[in-house]
Amino acid sequence: MTELITTYAGAAVVVLASLAVFFAVVLAVADRFFQVKIDPRAARIEEILPRANCGSCGFGGCAAYAEALVRGEAAAGACTAGGPEAAKKIAAIMGLAVAAFVPKVAVIKCQGSRQNTRPRFRYVGEPDCRAAAATQYGQTACQYACLGLGTCVRACPFDAMITDEGTGLPRVLEDRCTACGTCAAVCPKNIIEILPKERYVHVLCRSRDPGKVVRQLCKAGCIACKMCEKACPVEGGAVHVRDNLAAVDTETCISCGKCVRACPVGCIGDFRKWRDEAAARRAGEQQVA
Amino acid sequence: MRKATFPGGVHPPPSKLTADSPTVALPLPPRLVVPVAQNLGAPGKPAVAKGERVNRGQTIATPDGFVSAWLHAPTSGTVTGIERVVDAASGRQFDAIAIESDGLDEWADGCDQPRDWRAIKPEEIRKAVAEAGIVGMGGATFPTHVKLTPPPGKTIDTIIINGAECEPYLTCDYRLMLERPADIATGLEICLAATGAKRGIVAIEDNKPEAVRVMTEAVRSVSGAAVQVLETKYPQGAEKQLILACLGREVPTGGLPSDAGAIVQNVGTAAAIAEALAHRRPMTERIVTVSGDAAARPGNFRCRIGTPVRALFEKAGVGADFEALVFGGPLMGKAQFTTELFVKKGTSGVLVFRRAAAYDNGPCIRCGACVRHCPSYLNPSRLSILGESFLDGNLDAIDAAMGIGLMDCILCGTCAYVCPARRRIIHLVEMLRGERRKTLERKREKQREQQAHLKREADKVKS
Repeated sequence: MTELITTYAGAAVVVLASLAVFFAVVLAVADRFFQVKIDPRAARIEEILPRANCGSCGFGGCAAYAEALVRGEAAAGACTAGGPEAAKKIAAIMGLAVAAFVPKVAVIKCQGSRQNTRPRFRYVGEPDCRAAAATQYGQTACQYACLGLGTCVRACPFDAMITDEGTGLPRVLEDRCTACGTCAAVCPKNIIEILPKERYVHVLCRSRDPGKVVRQLCKAGCIACKMCEKACPVEGGAVHVRDNLAAVDTETCISCGKCVRACPVGCIGDFRKWRDEAAARRAGEQQVA
Repeated sequence: MRKATFPGGVHPPPSKLTADSPTVALPLPPRLVVPVAQNLGAPGKPAVAKGERVNRGQTIATPDGFVSAWLHAPTSGTVTGIERVVDAASGRQFDAIAIESDGLDEWADGCDQPRDWRAIKPEEIRKAVAEAGIVGMGGATFPTHVKLTPPPGKTIDTIIINGAECEPYLTCDYRLMLERPADIATGLEICLAATGAKRGIVAIEDNKPEAVRVMTEAVRSVSGAAVQVLETKYPQGAEKQLILACLGREVPTGGLPSDAGAIVQNVGTAAAIAEALAHRRPMTERIVTVSGDAAARPGNFRCRIGTPVRALFEKAGVGADFEALVFGGPLMGKAQFTTELFVKKGTSGVLVFRRAAAYDNGPCIRCGACVRHCPSYLNPSRLSILGESFLDGNLDAIDAAMGIGLMDCILCGTCAYVCPARRRIIHLVEMLRGERRKTLERKREKQREQQAHLKREADKVKS
């Protein structure tokens, strides 16, 4: 009886041991011949990236960007969401030089607030700007205006946008905005632009209607009067009216703010002033606390 | 006679209140406003200036591209200016030419004269059709001369004259068939001559026996032409469904009727072709059905292009007590938000209703009613769910929708009509199509930018 047990047990041990050896050999061979080389730098870079998968770098998500970096197919500063810090860290890992990083921010180029304009009808469909735009081109009186249904606010991967209760328009929380461009991509009216943070003066209107029409539709729309052109001190002009709409050239603009004061409808925004005001407000709040 | 039809479809209450109302000519309004956006494709370019005197039939806007149409003064008078008016079809604002009538209603030189169209060569016929500003009068307003010019390599063997008029309420085509059958027959004959097609079909639903009788009589003299009686069902008058019903051929995805060897023309378009070729009268008027429960005296009115909707309201006894105003039929027409609108070449009906129906919509209950009734073999439920998914941030939803026939949808609204959950299927489909167009445009723009960038770099290297 004992003999029988030892025989069976011995057989089991032998069979299992030989199986283990066989698979160990197979795995060892497979490991050698089928191994995939993973660059450990890709994982380290991925840790640096914000992992919002916003796509602003031009790749399909943060992992794809990291892989492209280690393959040498992407620049270190492409991640706008990560900002200069991420660019610096990536450059250190990859041993690359960082190009000068231009911080950018989303700018909402419409002032068609509840106070400035009225809708031409009441829209009752899907509560989304893209759906509203498919209904007789949208409910706003101005066909270029913000539809105000918050599609950009919901789309923002960084919670950097809110809908202003007072005006009904979206607002960018600039210290959170990473300039990834998701909001600009979802806006059916193409109102949002990603612009350098150091440029403070922007025309906050997209209407290409003639001035006469704009005046009927919105209190703060560009009427193409060219007062801004006349006020601009830059040689050759940094603001031009083309196709019934003024536009600031961010390359040459010196952000002096003269056009802002010259504009009779107030459709040019001075972001320096607004940012200073916001900073002052925050400082005041901190003191109270 | 076999009653031809297509699979799917619905039977909404016909509500043809004005079927027995003979067409009445609307008195010439003192002021006409003619929108330049009259046709599918590019709007015309105004060719007249403020203060200019025009006669009826004189060109006031010229086409801007191939898929674009000529536009003519609807009466004689003075151009008082170019205004901006809302386009009933798209909701966008376009230029419109305002004309103050002088009451004389004089034709321009060379217009309103008999012409022997049989002596004209096919390409000359197409040119004459283009210069008469003829567009599809069923509502889609596709320029007719483009339809009559099939792409090279395609042969047209059949011309179908569309007298189905499957939309409820509308009766303008029906009245036209009863009142001017000879013109429709002549229009068919001209289309046959212009394309070299051998067979002509006048397609009429079986709820219009009188029109069937009159048209059968009228096309007797046209060789190769006959009337085809169709089952009464919506959307029988849709181009692709009509070709399937009459010929048993399907228009392929992304294709044109010419891919199925056919051209479909509305009866109104056929009559307009006859007017233009045999009498040198450009398109300056059409029949509009004014109907709905808010119209005290509904009727069919022959009116000039550019007639204010208010003038029609006055004649039809429409007061201020209506909630909904629809241009076109109740299923495919568009609800309007203003009465500052003007009759266009594609305005088949102006409907006014006391109550605007607004429904709560719910999630899809998977009953499959839309799938059973869809005339294009689509799954509208899935399309609508993909639309909602897209709005929730799923950007791949457009590609998924393209894979299940987003562009094959004819936007007839049958699905939304039968949906017990009152889902906004057509709205979501239109949204997806708009977003697809936008994505394509952005992609193209990016490519252009990239190419420009590469070119700049190359230039730098050269210099």
